[in-house]
Amino acid sequence: MLSSLLKSREAVLAFAILVLVALIALRFPAFVAPSNLAAVFTDTSPLIILALGQMAVILTKCIDLSVAANLALCGMVAAMLNGMGVPLPAILLAVIVLGAALGAVNGLLVWTLNIPSIVVTLGTMTIFRGIIFLLTDGKWINAHQMSAGFKAFPRAAFLGLPVMAWIALAVVGCFALFIARTPLGRALFAVGGNPHAAVYTGIHIGKTQFAAFVISGALAGLTGYLWVARYAVAYVDIAGGFELDVVAACVIGGIAIAGGAGSVAGAVMGALFLGIIKNALPVVGISPFWQLAISGSTILIAIAVNARSQGKKGRIILKQAEHRA
Amino acid sequence: MQAQSASGTAPVLSLRGITKTFPGVRALNAVQLDLYPGQVTALIGENGAGKSTIVKILTGIYQPDEGTIAVDGQEIRFPTAQAAGAAGVTAIHQETVLFDELTVAENIFIGHAPRGRFGLIDTARMVEEARHLLASIGADLDANIRLRDLGIAAKHLVAIARALSIDARVVIMDEPTAALSHKEIHELYDLVEKLKAQGKAILFISHKFDEIFRIADRFTVFRDGQFVAEGPMGGVQEADLVQMMVGRAVDQIYPKRPAEIGAPVLTVAGYCHPTEFDDIGFTLHRGEILGFYGLIGAGRSEVMQALFGITRPSKGACKVEGEVRVIRSTAEAVEAGIVYVPEDRGRQGAVKGLPIFQNVTLPSLGRTSRHGFLRLAEEFALTREYTRRLDLRAASLDQDVGLLSGGNQQKVVIAKWLATRPRVIILDEPTKGIDIGSKAAVHDFMSELAAQGLAVIMVSSEIPEVLGMADRVIVMREGRIAAEFVGETMTPENLVRAAVGIEEAA
Amino acid sequence: MTAASQPTPRHIPDRLKSRLSRTLKSWEALLLVVAAAIFVANALASPYFLDPWNLSDASFNFTEKALIAFAMAMLIIAGEIDLSVAAIIALASTVMGSAMVAGAPVWALVGLGIGTGLACGAFNGLLVAGFGLPSIVVTIGTMSLFRGISYIVLGDGAFTGYPPEFGWFGQGYVWWVFSFELALFAVMAVVFGVLLHRTNFGRLVYVIGNNATAARFSGVRVDRVRFILFLLTGVMSGVASVCLTSRLGSTRPSIATGFELEAVTMVVLGGVSILGGSGSIPGVVIAALVMGLVTFGLGLLNVPGIVMSIIVGGLLIGVIALPRLWAMMRK
Repeated sequence: MLSSLLKSREAVLAFAILVLVALIALRFPAFVAPSNLAAVFTDTSPLIILALGQMAVILTKCIDLSVAANLALCGMVAAMLNGMGVPLPAILLAVIVLGAALGAVNGLLVWTLNIPSIVVTLGTMTIFRGIIFLLTDGKWINAHQMSAGFKAFPRAAFLGLPVMAWIALAVVGCFALFIARTPLGRALFAVGGNPHAAVYTGIHIGKTQFAAFVISGALAGLTGYLWVARYAVAYVDIAGGFELDVVAACVIGGIAIAGGAGSVAGAVMGALFLGIIKNALPVVGISPFWQLAISGSTILIAIAVNARSQGKKGRIILKQAEHRA
Repeated sequence: MQAQSASGTAPVLSLRGITKTFPGVRALNAVQLDLYPGQVTALIGENGAGKSTIVKILTGIYQPDEGTIAVDGQEIRFPTAQAAGAAGVTAIHQETVLFDELTVAENIFIGHAPRGRFGLIDTARMVEEARHLLASIGADLDANIRLRDLGIAAKHLVAIARALSIDARVVIMDEPTAALSHKEIHELYDLVEKLKAQGKAILFISHKFDEIFRIADRFTVFRDGQFVAEGPMGGVQEADLVQMMVGRAVDQIYPKRPAEIGAPVLTVAGYCHPTEFDDIGFTLHRGEILGFYGLIGAGRSEVMQALFGITRPSKGACKVEGEVRVIRSTAEAVEAGIVYVPEDRGRQGAVKGLPIFQNVTLPSLGRTSRHGFLRLAEEFALTREYTRRLDLRAASLDQDVGLLSGGNQQKVVIAKWLATRPRVIILDEPTKGIDIGSKAAVHDFMSELAAQGLAVIMVSSEIPEVLGMADRVIVMREGRIAAEFVGETMTPENLVRAAVGIEEAA
Repeated sequence: MTAASQPTPRHIPDRLKSRLSRTLKSWEALLLVVAAAIFVANALASPYFLDPWNLSDASFNFTEKALIAFAMAMLIIAGEIDLSVAAIIALASTVMGSAMVAGAPVWALVGLGIGTGLACGAFNGLLVAGFGLPSIVVTIGTMSLFRGISYIVLGDGAFTGYPPEFGWFGQGYVWWVFSFELALFAVMAVVFGVLLHRTNFGRLVYVIGNNATAARFSGVRVDRVRFILFLLTGVMSGVASVCLTSRLGSTRPSIATGFELEAVTMVVLGGVSILGGSGSIPGVVIAALVMGLVTFGLGLLNVPGIVMSIIVGGLLIGVIALPRLWAMMRK
């Protein structure tokens, strides 16, 4: 019974999403039109990609609060490279490498100096944003300063979906494969789930955490380009506070903040849940200013629910109790 | 005593003169151990005899200070856990060291999973091999199920399968039946037989004599970190093994002073807990030292922690000096005059990063302070008084407790509680892992406390300590009170029998 | 092993090192030297620096954050953290703004500001101490929730037009160049210093931060202490909100953005271990002065504010990283 309950954590979330969509559709049927759903998915793509990177980090008992700043810095660098006439594939490669490097800074501080990840990433979060200012003197890069190809790529339609959505789907697919089928992907769970035992099986905790930060950083870098190209503007404060949405998506998706537990499906659905709410608010006629409070409440509800389902089990000494359990 | 095999074969693994010292404790003193292919060797000894230290040396987690390890007669070292695995030594640990969120197959193969195309884990092959391994040990488990969905016994089988996924020649089983039910234990016996048939050498560590007699071919006995004896099981009697384990009767001189046993102080009736203990009832008197004996995991500490307000019993009542007390928190326990010196000194007893005086006055701050403001002079005075009574050895009273030896840390914890002037003091394994000198001081002091009219509960797994110090002994087994002994019935044999559940010889 | 073999108890001195020698070797002493050096460097770099009124103005850089940092220091020493402090300021400011619009008198505004802080702190405390949830995630959640409520109320608007008397808390002077905020900073430094270092409660904070399990096993009501600490942090955020709102004379939902980071940095710079268990209020006081002086000095040199945030972020990491690097090098 316990097993079916736990397996259904993702099912519960999927059900919640369906109910949410159905409620909206009841009053506003246009919301569930395929084209609108595709638009919602596309709009949620950055959150999905970042939530996966964050998931890797949270699995190892860490947290990455610098993702949004990393995104902003990489996005700005993408826009600047574009201004210099660098071709798009090179820009894409550059932002992914830069994002990974910024993630590596976090990872190195956590791995070699053993500094709590929350402190490291709170610090690098402000440093990354500060660097954008130093690069640009606080100036914006606007749509007219970006090449048409640079802006068009994420929006280009391919088989009925924009490239941005396809990229998100590709990332989800690769990430799911990485998590399920590579030793590193499995090590993420081991490090967070039972660090003591991980050492006994030859897994290095620090290096695994480092790898998780690099992954999170690389995905933030990629998202940086997508974000800037899609909204056609780059400045210091883009995606300000977005790291909270990312953490919220993971928490809602059932990624245990204590590490070691969670699923790709959960993280994706957590992101979709927030994305649907965000896109539905204007449709339903609620001010978008409600969004922050809603995601805050959802985080709190999600951690409370997760904590209940993971309640501590006492030691079982009595034989009869063992069979009852 | 020469090592010789009953069947004349040479040992696969042979330890000679192994010594391991920890600060303040010599855990192993020149011990020897031989394991033969296709045979089960039972390692027998009381808690603290050095069994878990030898397991850690064999699996490359500890390095011996002295002595040699030989595999097939070749001397070898195990600098890491991997090296021990490579040499074919594998262990199934007491606590399952596995990962709840991974599948059975992944748990078996984590660290050495078969790889397929692009270096990806070949899940199909891994599952197939896992099924094969599970089938070979007769485990009817789905290799794709997540570990968290399994019970303790099934997890144990996974741990065994993992141990065998490394091509092992020596399998160490550290109390493998501790968490298993009757049926599961029999399945484990079948498994041991299979492993024997495959020619593996098995080191079997257990407290339970019935199973030792059932499956072991040879025995080795340790006591207090020393090698005592070894030999074939055939011809040896249970009483002989108990004798070897316990030693020449009770040979230490315990400073137990006669104390006048007075009126009841603590009366516990019908204490129950859903998973930990059932129907616990006893009465404790002034001046009495009541011993609680049992195997590790018998539920003794759990009962004590319920009395101290760490956990709450589901049923039952507790009276202190005739007054019914409902204890929902440790603070209420202290108010009721019940204090607890925990077994896990480093985590639960002492605050290692803080000075001695702050540890000692912690529960007495209400007395040393005025209107909530600290008065350091009062704190030092109180600390001086109680640390002197316990003969604490320290450089200064503001030295961090973490810098003291285990024995002196224990004295700080005891001083902390005495300063609250309790009615009942519960000492959980009070001398575990501390040096002989401090041990004597703790015993001496315990005796003095009883003589002064305090009621003492002593949880101990050391038979000489229980017999030497206690006026009366309650033996617990599997969460229940199994027996109570007083006076002449307090013999090592009776205690061990009650603890392991051997029926009285008819 | 008989009792006779034991020698008579030895005398153990109360203390080995004098308090003076400890003080001289402390982090706080080092920090004080740094503060003095920055002071001298600033005085040399800019002729305007030594003007008492300029210095007084400079104090507004850190007083509000320091008020929060005092309570945050105790929370971090106890092994918890509150990332929602800036959001509490926003919510408290919004409540005051709404009351002001409704015509509430000044004393009521102050009461509501502090009361909102108290309520928010109680909410955090209930979730962490009552339900046993991890404080980092809880306060990340309440950070969104509290500020989110401000956004719901204000949208992209603002409350302005606070009564002039209300301005005294952020702009008034107690005596000569000493502003109300500076005086409050000094009083609170003493209050929190005494609370942490001279009372039973402060002792329990250290004990819980060092080993919460052992504290519980020693009869300490650990969750009660934790709850009170969240309450205190909430109240101080409310007080900071009164000061900040009064000083700015307006409330926007984005008010005090990033204050949580600066408060945490101040605490860590002040020598408080981010893992809990050690630290002192004097350290936090000096750290506040250091950060205030650096900000002011760079301001005089026309260095933009966002560059300051790089320095703050760098300080936060550097202060923890450098001692660890040093320890690694020496091995």
